[in-house]
Amino acid sequence: MSAIAFPAPDAGILARRDSILAGLSRLVAPDALITSEDERRPYETDALTAYRRMPLAVVLPSTTQEVAAVLRYCSEQGVPVVPRGAGTSLAGGAIPQEDAVVIGVSKMNRILEIDYANRVTKVQAGVTNLAVSGAVSADGFFYAPDPSSQLACSIGGNIGMNSGGAHCLKYGVTTNNVLGVTLVMLDGSIVEIGGSHLDSPGYDLLGLINGSEGQLGIVTEATVRILRQAEGARPVLFGFPTSVEAGAAVAAIIGAGIIPVAMEFMDKPAIEICEAFAKAGYPMDCGALLIIEVEGSDAEMDAQLARIVAIAREHGVGTVKESKSAMETAAIWKGRKSAFGATGRIADYICMDGTIPTGQLPFVLERMDEIIKGYGLRVANVFHAGDGNLHPLILYNCNDPVEAQKAEDAGNDILKLCVEVGGCLTGEHGVGIEKRDLMTVQFNEADLHQQQRVRAVFDPRWLMNPAKVFPLEGRIAA
Amino acid sequence: MLHIPTTEAQACAVVASIVEARVPLAIRGGGTRSGLGRPDNAVSTISSTGLTGITLYEPSEMVIGARAGTPLKLIEETLANRGQMLPFEPMDHRALFGTEGEPTIGTIAAGNISGPRRINAGAARDSLIGIKLINGRGELVKSGGRVMKNVTGLDLVKLVSGSFGTLGFLTEVTFRVLPRPERVVTLIWEDLADEAAVALLSGALGSPFEPMAAAHLPAGIGAEQARTLLRLENFSASISYRAAELARLLKGYGRPELIEGRASDALWREVRDAAFFAGTQEAVWRLSLAPGNGPKATAAIARTVPDARWFYDWGGGLVWLAVPADGDAGAAAIRAALKPLGGHATLVRAPDAVRAAVPVFEPLSEPLMRVTAGIKKSFDPEGVFEPGRMYAGV
Repeated sequence: MSAIAFPAPDAGILARRDSILAGLSRLVAPDALITSEDERRPYETDALTAYRRMPLAVVLPSTTQEVAAVLRYCSEQGVPVVPRGAGTSLAGGAIPQEDAVVIGVSKMNRILEIDYANRVTKVQAGVTNLAVSGAVSADGFFYAPDPSSQLACSIGGNIGMNSGGAHCLKYGVTTNNVLGVTLVMLDGSIVEIGGSHLDSPGYDLLGLINGSEGQLGIVTEATVRILRQAEGARPVLFGFPTSVEAGAAVAAIIGAGIIPVAMEFMDKPAIEICEAFAKAGYPMDCGALLIIEVEGSDAEMDAQLARIVAIAREHGVGTVKESKSAMETAAIWKGRKSAFGATGRIADYICMDGTIPTGQLPFVLERMDEIIKGYGLRVANVFHAGDGNLHPLILYNCNDPVEAQKAEDAGNDILKLCVEVGGCLTGEHGVGIEKRDLMTVQFNEADLHQQQRVRAVFDPRWLMNPAKVFPLEGRIAA
Repeated sequence: MLHIPTTEAQACAVVASIVEARVPLAIRGGGTRSGLGRPDNAVSTISSTGLTGITLYEPSEMVIGARAGTPLKLIEETLANRGQMLPFEPMDHRALFGTEGEPTIGTIAAGNISGPRRINAGAARDSLIGIKLINGRGELVKSGGRVMKNVTGLDLVKLVSGSFGTLGFLTEVTFRVLPRPERVVTLIWEDLADEAAVALLSGALGSPFEPMAAAHLPAGIGAEQARTLLRLENFSASISYRAAELARLLKGYGRPELIEGRASDALWREVRDAAFFAGTQEAVWRLSLAPGNGPKATAAIARTVPDARWFYDWGGGLVWLAVPADGDAGAAAIRAALKPLGGHATLVRAPDAVRAAVPVFEPLSEPLMRVTAGIKKSFDPEGVFEPGRMYAGV
């Protein structure tokens, strides 16, 4: 695939590469600067592997001060910077460009403070999502946002993309769970925003930083909320004849005043792919599967499930299967969370991330099917049913350029459909390069220019992750 | 001059003419919270009260949208009719400010106005999922939308929420909503000192029983004895179980009394609205800090500010503080007390002269002040919207 353009590399910067590397080498420890082609190669893409660009250099600082020194230097030299967490972006948010320095936070991976009395923990940006929960789970706490890549993805990247996950129906996404950050700005100044308290003074910069995709600065430390685990959690599998009944059941559950902690949807192709991989015991005789998780004491879960089952029966559920053990629970979630990886075993895929108003679900599923068939492709659908965040996985063969282009075109058509019905291009993965050129579908010029003017407060010269988020055409001048 | 546009197009024209004339413009909804922030020197006023009506309500999608001037009361009644509510329990400032009129939904968004449920369910800004506003170029700008999972582009929704009108004139706002709980009860422990009370609240908030609100009213705040409050909201069967479990977990603090219905609602309304300080001449501050530091801050302040009174919400992390309104209304002492503890203080109620002389919002570091001024300029290049409402010169 080559449809998404990158800005032409600045020949002046490429010509000055040796002097820039020399400058960087004076700022960080020798093992923090990666210059050889072999060692730079792992950084040329992220999880959007169809696109890759070799960066000018990669810097892996160990301290906030090193990040500040490198940013200040790049700013003075006019060299673009691409911030990187763990490189798991599905939207190409961390893909570099030839004239850019990658600043990765992977060496900043310490948990700095755990404060149970105030229910917060302070971590460095390179700590993985799962490690935050891991550090507090023995004491009965957890960090709520749980993207499927949580084993690998970093808190810094989560903040950059405002990551969600399966359980955000009840607990919110990253922006609802971050209380403070240490932010290094492009000129090297280090600012503290928020802290262990709620609602920082002045404009809500924390809210702006979350989901800003590395365009406003680099977060090096974060204070996040930790929550007490429920007494118990139990996922239940509901097999429906078709996705229409499953969608109607979701609406009816919410309409009855029940907010399960998670409501995940899979269609038949997704069920088959995930079951083959995880052996989770998913029912195979249904057209659509809901994984609904409830929390609380055993009696509370029984009571809540009884209500949910009654509603599901009204909507024609075929199979109802409760997890009977911790092992079964783990397998159920493993199947769902490895949907992307499991799909990758049988075909190349691109993963969409549009959100729709949940009432539009039957219509969108039908239209999506037509779009995919129109391109002669196949799709597996997994999504967060409670909040309408869709993840159609469009299957294709990446060695076939015609098919690859069709997959990308089909994906774009689906995202346009999401916007048409009142939704958005991306629910939790971010715009990156992937959805950049579709931004004009969702926003008009005034909307985009206002965002760019805010961006310019932090980076007037388009040096921070410059190829991302905003279409290359029509940007406001520096 | 007062402008009351009834369409977005009219509002754009009003703003364009104001920008052309470079006249400071005040923004009003119901006018019940005009005392928030620094006093303005506005020459003209634009009111949202001509822009009313619910534009979207989908109970099964848990979303409601309305024009900015829609009375909050209408929103809350509409939601209640379908068994739903705003998640963040917005404070009503009328008691504290002694104002009349109907608060509007736009002001809830613009001021990020939350209440006791904020500790668990998030602030107004966490539930606000879409806005339309007119910026200082007279352009109608939208951000967010009607779905709760949305990371498309920079999140201007959050930036505008809590900007108190300084970034533009909101015309429409969209919130996510939640089901109303089947049953609500309040557990009350008596006679605890501040430190012990906050430890109790911390134990409860760190338990699996999910208190939705947690407050402490020291002796003399609304009653003779100190009262420590936990509110549970859930299905009826869960409430009985969880109330018993919490009482057992916290048995070292004594046996709680359980109230519900009107008595419980009325008590939490007083906490939400800081109604204990209504009708007095005192200046009122709102301190946000790590919950465990709440009692440390009040102890330090009590040593230097005579006659200070206070109570705690958000498990100790929100301190409402009333002090004599003379001099700097305790500003120097209060902010000095917070310095070693972290957090920030906002002067919510004080005479105009005091709010003009004392920084109402916590002063920002130099780089953050630069960013703040830059953001203001990016929305409002001529500086017409509520100039100086939050910070002098912004």
